[in-house]
Amino acid sequence: MNQVIIIGKGPAGISAAIYLKRAGIDPTVIGKDLGALGDYKSTIENYYGFSQPIDGKKLIEDGISQAINLGVNILDDTVISIKDEGDHFLVNTKNESLPTQTVLLATGKTRENLSIKGYRKFRGRGISMCATCDGYFYRRKKIGIVGCGPYMKHELEYLSRMTKDITIFTHGNTLDEDLGFPIITEPIVEFLGNEKITQIQTNKETYEVDGLFIALGAPSSLEFANQLGLIVEKGNLLINSEYQTNVLGIFAAGDITGGKLQIAKAVYDGMEVADYIYKYLKDKNKKTA
Amino acid sequence: MVIHLTKENFKSIVLETEKPVLVEFWATWCSPCQRLAPILDDLAKDVHPHGVVAKLDVDDQYEIADEFGIMNIPTIILFKDGKIEDSMLGIHSKDTLKSFMGL
Repeated sequence: MNQVIIIGKGPAGISAAIYLKRAGIDPTVIGKDLGALGDYKSTIENYYGFSQPIDGKKLIEDGISQAINLGVNILDDTVISIKDEGDHFLVNTKNESLPTQTVLLATGKTRENLSIKGYRKFRGRGISMCATCDGYFYRRKKIGIVGCGPYMKHELEYLSRMTKDITIFTHGNTLDEDLGFPIITEPIVEFLGNEKITQIQTNKETYEVDGLFIALGAPSSLEFANQLGLIVEKGNLLINSEYQTNVLGIFAAGDITGGKLQIAKAVYDGMEVADYIYKYLKDKNKKTA
Repeated sequence: MVIHLTKENFKSIVLETEKPVLVEFWATWCSPCQRLAPILDDLAKDVHPHGVVAKLDVDDQYEIADEFGIMNIPTIILFKDGKIEDSMLGIHSKDTLKSFMGL
């Protein structure tokens, strides 16, 4: 059993990992990419200690190397879901299922934004972001799912227990796998309906649906929030002064908790949250000992 | 105290009152809904006697859930003077819900 799984290898996640490691706890960091700084177009000129402007990608990569040099275990993988198992959590990635006592969400804020006409209007009116929350309403109904990666497959697996009438919409992406359901690759142009969504308009055709699930790209912290029942306010995860979400054992740090979207703030968060995770684990293990 | 709504009491508790009534549409199989339960318990104590906090099981009381076209849970609907005032989805803090109720 892991003591801590950190999701995200940006400044918040890596700083937390470094401080935890130095406190004698072995965190596992899971990251899929370099996040917002990985493709930051200009250089960073306001971070302490660098006399010359630095490249965002370089800074992130150096941070990861620093943690690796300290012996931190970093996995190159995508987290698909987090499950609350009562006395621990299960972090399911593309490749494996990892049990852990605590989870630190440090995923940053990049998010696949669906700018399709009608998306905002029908959210909650037939468009859902969470199969496990809403799948049940579509028992034996005709539904669509938007996505093309492992996250979509994860949601599809759940939905296929509710109904067999599912169409996959890749929204212009390729999907070369037979999943047992029809696949529409045309880009979606608009979602149509009156009170609720009834049709999906692509650049070629119109498809009838009773409901639609969105599972594009990799799930963000907000999708994990849906899965776990975390409080989200104004697009940020709500945490208390000890970086705890409303679910005991789930912590959050960095951009996803709001405030200034700055490296210095994320690094500070990482340092602070490491302390609180350390304390939490110590108290928890005292109780069970 | 959070009131559990049924076909029998829905009208009198939700529609025939001058107080704002916050209703959570939930189900036993919905794990995020379980996270909202302690928040609603707290909220109910806080807003008493100026507002009412209630919940409706969408499986048990599907006639009412269907009437309001519930397709996502948890859905939170605020009723005022027997009419829908506003609604939102997902888990929120007690403070947010309290100001949502206008209290």
